[in-house]
Amino acid sequence: MTSTTRDPLGNPVKDELAEPKRLRRFWRNPWSAERRADRIRERHENDLPRSMRASKVSKTVTIIILVATLIYFLFPIFWAVIASTKTPSQLTGSNGLWFAVPLSQLPDAIANNYATLLGWTRENFWRWVGNSLLYSSVSALIGTIVSVMAGYATAKFNFRGKGITIGVIMAAMLMPATLLTIPQYAIFNAIHLDNTMLAVIIPCCVSPFGFFLGRVYAQSSVPNELLEAARIDGAGEARIFFTMVLRLLAPAMVTIFLFMFVATWNNFLLPLMMLSSENLYPVTLGLYGMVSLATFNDRGALMMGALMGVLPVIILFLALQRFWRAGLAAGSVKG
Amino acid sequence: MLPFVLLFLLVFIFPIVYAIYSSFFQQVATGGGAYGGGELVNKFVGLENFKYVITSGAFWAGMGRVLLYTVIQVPVMIIAALALAMLLDSMVVKHIAGFRLGYFLPYAIPGVIASIIWVYLYNGQISPIVKGLAALGINVDFFSSNVVLASMANITTWTFTGYNMLIFLSALQAIPHELYEAARIDGATNWQIAIHVKLPNVRGAALLAMLMSIVGTIQLFNEPQVMQTADPGISYSYTPMMMAYNTSRGFLSPKGDGPSNAIAIVMAVIAGLLAMAYAFVERKVNEE
Repeated sequence: MTSTTRDPLGNPVKDELAEPKRLRRFWRNPWSAERRADRIRERHENDLPRSMRASKVSKTVTIIILVATLIYFLFPIFWAVIASTKTPSQLTGSNGLWFAVPLSQLPDAIANNYATLLGWTRENFWRWVGNSLLYSSVSALIGTIVSVMAGYATAKFNFRGKGITIGVIMAAMLMPATLLTIPQYAIFNAIHLDNTMLAVIIPCCVSPFGFFLGRVYAQSSVPNELLEAARIDGAGEARIFFTMVLRLLAPAMVTIFLFMFVATWNNFLLPLMMLSSENLYPVTLGLYGMVSLATFNDRGALMMGALMGVLPVIILFLALQRFWRAGLAAGSVKG
Repeated sequence: MLPFVLLFLLVFIFPIVYAIYSSFFQQVATGGGAYGGGELVNKFVGLENFKYVITSGAFWAGMGRVLLYTVIQVPVMIIAALALAMLLDSMVVKHIAGFRLGYFLPYAIPGVIASIIWVYLYNGQISPIVKGLAALGINVDFFSSNVVLASMANITTWTFTGYNMLIFLSALQAIPHELYEAARIDGATNWQIAIHVKLPNVRGAALLAMLMSIVGTIQLFNEPQVMQTADPGISYSYTPMMMAYNTSRGFLSPKGDGPSNAIAIVMAVIAGLLAMAYAFVERKVNEE
C-alpha cells in the first residue's frame, strides 16, 4: 500500500499502515504524542484564519533567524570536514572555507592526512575508537538493565525505605557528577583498579537519570492488570520481569541506553584521571593527548581523527532521533 | 532493585563518604627534611584542608569566573533555546525536522572535541572567522584575558543550546491543541498565545533546565582544560574543578587526595546552595 491518502484539505498524509505492523507498535508506544503533534502541525498549517496567518514580514524574519542559527551550529562541523583534508601549510595559506586542492586530488589529500593521523597516534587510533565503543556499550548495557530493574521495582512494589531511596537517587541527579571523579579515583587507586578498563566502566554504569526514565516508563506503560493476570497464571516474579516487563519497556531501554552511551563516550575527566596507559585511552582522551603535545602541528589530521571519532555517535543520533526526543520529553514533563 | 542500589552505593555514596573522610587528612613524608624523603603517610590535619580552600585566593578567583560564567552563559543559552523552540513551534515554518536535527547535532560532539574545533576556529592563523573579521576591520583576539571566558562560554552554548531547545520543544508540543483553538476563538494573537499559553506551560521544563545548567557550569572543566593547550594564560586553578584535578595530580600544592577532596566538597556545598537559592527565588516569583 503505497498510495498517498489525503486529508480533508487535500494535503497528502503519510500512510501509517505502510509500516510493518510489529515495527509500528514498537516505534509508536511512548512516542505517539509527539508524532501526533507533528501531524497536527502539518495538517493545520493552512487552515488558520486569515487574520491569524503569519504575515510575509514575520515569516521572512523567522526564517532568517532560524537559518542563521542553523549556520552557527553547523559551521564548525563543516569547517572541520574541510580542515581534515589539509596539510598544516594549506591550513594557514588556503581559503578556510573550501578545499585546498581540486576535488580530483581530494582522495590523495585524505589518504595523506589519514597516514599522518595514524603516525601521530602510533597506530593506536582505531584501538582508541574500539575502547570508546567498548566502554560506552558495556556500561550503557549494564546501566540500562539495572536502571530498568530499579525503576520497575520502585514503580510497582512497596518495600521499606522506598521513599528515602527514591529521594536520594533523585537528589543525586542534581549532584555535580564530575566532583565524584576525584574520590572515585582515590578509591580505585587504593584497590589498584585504576588504569584498568573497569575503572572507566564501573562508574559509568550508574545513571540517576536512567533510573528516573525507567521509573517513569514503568509507571506509565506496565499495566497492573497484566502483572496480576500473570501472577494468577502462576508466573514467578523473575519470569514476569524477564519475559514480559522487559518487552514492554523495550523502547524505554533504547532511550536509556542512548543517553548512557553518549554520556560515557563524552566523559573526559574520568578517563583522564583513571587511565595512564595509552592503549586504554578512549578516543577523546587520545586526541586530547595529541593536542597537548607541544610539538603537535598537524591540525588537519587531528580534525580527521575528531570526525571519525564522533561518527559512531552521530550515526546513533541520526538513526534513533525519535528515542532521544522521547527521553527529553519525559524529562521535561516530569520536571 | 538490588543491583542498582549496590552500584549506586559503590559509585555515588561511598565516594562521597570517602571524600569527606579523606578531606581531614594530608599526605606528609616521614623522616623530615625539607624535601621529605621516607614513606608518605596520611596525617590527620583536622579542618586544615578546608581552611586552605576557604582562604585560597586562587579558589575564589576560579569560583568568581565560574559564577560569572553561570550568570551570563546559562540565561543566554536558556533564552536562546526557548526562543528557537517557540519559533519552530510557531507553525510559521512547515518542515522543522531539518532545523531540529541541525540544532541538536552539536550535542553529539564530545565536549573535548568541540573545544578542540573551536580552539582552532579562534586561532588567528587558520580560522576563517578571525580572518574574515579582520578583513572587515574587526580584530579580535579570542584568547585575550578579557575575552577568553566568553570564548569558552560560546563553546558550551554551541554544544548545549540544541539539547535544551529539544526539551522545550517537547514541552510545547505536549500542550493540547484545543488550548490554542480556545485562545484563538477568544481573539488572542500569535504573540499573546506565545506569552500567555505557551510560556506558562514550559515553566517547569525551564526551571529544571536552568538548575541542571547551573550545576553543570559549576563543574566547568573540559573547555578550559583544552583551551589551556592553546593559551598558557589559563592557569592550573582557572576553574575550581581544574584546581581540584591539578591538586589531585600534584601540580598544585598542597597536593593529594585530602586537599582536592576538600575543594570538591566546598564546590558541592556552593552548588547546592546556589541550586536551592535559585529554586527558592523561582518559587517566590511563582507565588506572586
